[in-house]
Amino acid sequence: MPASEAAQVVETIFFNLASTVTDGVASARMLKRSYADRWRPLPTRKEAILAESDTPAEPTRRDFLLHAAGAFGVVGVAAAAWPFIDQMNPDASTRALASVEVDISGVKPGQAVTIMWRGKPVVIRNRTEKEVEEGKAVKLEDLKDPLARNANGDANADATDANRAAAGKENILVMTKVCTHLGCIPLDESGEFGGWFCPCHGSQYDTAGRIRKGPAPENLPIPPYAFISDSKIRIG
Amino acid sequence: MSGHSTYVPKTALGKWFEARLPVVRLLHDTAVSYPTPRNLNALWTFGGILAMMLVVQIVTGIVLAMHYAADSTVAFRSVESIMRDVNWGWLIRYLHANGASMFFIAVYVHIFRGLYYGSYKPPREILWILGVIIYLLMMAAAFMGYVLPWGQMSFWGATVITNFFTALPIVGQPIQTLLIGGFSVDNATLNRFFSLHYLLPFLIAGVVVLHVWALHVVGQNNPLGIDVKSDKDTVPFTPYATSKDLMWIVLFMIFYGWFVFYQPNFLGHPDNYIEANPLATPAHIVPEWYFLPFYAILRAIDFNLGPIDSKLGGVLAMFGAIAVLAFLPWLDTSKVRSGRFRPIFKVAFWLFGLNALFLGFLGSVKTDDIIMGFQAVVWAKLSTLYYFLYFLVILPVLGYIEKPKPLPVSINDAILAKSAPSSVH
Repeated sequence: MPASEAAQVVETIFFNLASTVTDGVASARMLKRSYADRWRPLPTRKEAILAESDTPAEPTRRDFLLHAAGAFGVVGVAAAAWPFIDQMNPDASTRALASVEVDISGVKPGQAVTIMWRGKPVVIRNRTEKEVEEGKAVKLEDLKDPLARNANGDANADATDANRAAAGKENILVMTKVCTHLGCIPLDESGEFGGWFCPCHGSQYDTAGRIRKGPAPENLPIPPYAFISDSKIRIG
Repeated sequence: MSGHSTYVPKTALGKWFEARLPVVRLLHDTAVSYPTPRNLNALWTFGGILAMMLVVQIVTGIVLAMHYAADSTVAFRSVESIMRDVNWGWLIRYLHANGASMFFIAVYVHIFRGLYYGSYKPPREILWILGVIIYLLMMAAAFMGYVLPWGQMSFWGATVITNFFTALPIVGQPIQTLLIGGFSVDNATLNRFFSLHYLLPFLIAGVVVLHVWALHVVGQNNPLGIDVKSDKDTVPFTPYATSKDLMWIVLFMIFYGWFVFYQPNFLGHPDNYIEANPLATPAHIVPEWYFLPFYAILRAIDFNLGPIDSKLGGVLAMFGAIAVLAFLPWLDTSKVRSGRFRPIFKVAFWLFGLNALFLGFLGSVKTDDIIMGFQAVVWAKLSTLYYFLYFLVILPVLGYIEKPKPLPVSINDAILAKSAPSSVH
């Protein structure tokens, strides 16, 4: 295609775009005018400017263009800003939802393993009978957070020991070991309640990982997990 | 800044420049001929000291960035190599790390000077608020800088502080994820903190320009807190203020140098020389000393308050403790600026100062440590209460019930009366 022809095509496109805009403006203005003067020709730009100085209340074509351009600009700036905000969110490699499989056959009663899942430590504790009994003995009204926080059960379930422990295996407790206060890692087998103690701000969790004392608002959350065999757990 | 320009370009080049960009006039009016109250005491040199510290931090920081690598796998090592391998690296890093502490010491003196002499009162409200903004930016810069060595305190400090945002209902969690770029603090967090740590000092410099501009529009406050009335009340900035500022800058540098050369790690924490480990929180986490009072306030709120749980309550109290400063010009209802003429205010102010130091101490101990027969958290609650009482009750009420001492007629009169009590006039 020769250059002059290309230029002509571009010019045509521009002309069409421009007339679409001006037609739009014209119809917008038509709507504003009363029935009686609807058939009067629209004022030229010069007339409009002159008219504006007399009757500032009547919006001119310039007002319309200014507002339209302004509104378009705001949308444009917002659209351009979004990638610069969203780039800060987790990238694809972080988002890729990994699930982890853990063999817990070597974890004897009174022992625990801590593994990493989505960058956070998850503790799998084989609780002793004493710990289970202590967990069961706690009355619901003594709990700061009455919800089980178990991703594998009902969202509104009570925070009983049974609702916190693995289904059918009351000795196994699987939890994200991240303090619900400000994200520190609580220490195992410590604190006044024999469960977990957060060294940062003194939150204390009991043997079922429920918050009992200190600034943390919620029980330690239980991630989605499933037993794939008697001694193997898949988290995530 | 207008109205007192005495600059006259003398050389041909000076005249040529003046006609095109009168920047020499601006500097002359700002730092040479600017009239400064003649009764300023040493506390007024801390603005200059702070300006110097900002320059020191920017220069040492730019140099450190030439040797530091913001990647979680090598960041810790690169800091150690700055300490051991880079020529003069140990000096530049210690200057930068201790410089942050010195910056905060100077800013706290500067803030308490303003609090005592009522420098936040009309017409200096904007000047004061710009100062609060600088203080906030300084805290952000210091926090992000402390994360960069990627030690244990870096990592867990970043975890705790970014978790503040999760206290907000609904939007909290997404905001935290956005800030750290993942589900936990990691390489993405380190990278963006480095980028922002480099940016913030220049934002601070920008707000400092506004701060100084506002200062030169309304003029400096002074120990008497009364307005400048005539030329007799002032002396030109150069040589009077510049030489005094320089002397105190030198004294401050000696203090700074003592830390850098003899106690470079005194203000830091040994745990930060252990590389970050996302699986083990150090047994006792404390922030840098300059955040301790706010940390104590955060930990003091360990109870739910209606719909606000303890976590949100703590975070709100902590940010509120800083935000309340911005409203100070309207909270203090007394017409008298300087604490010298306010007998009851004086007591409340010094109590506030002691209370702030005590809060700092409480931030450094464990919450269940026994202090004077009570758990530290009990003291922290009382101290937090007084902190807010001072701003929200004492200052608003005092303006109505306190009878201030008579103010001198002018700065000049006060000085003459002091040097020859009966013979003059």
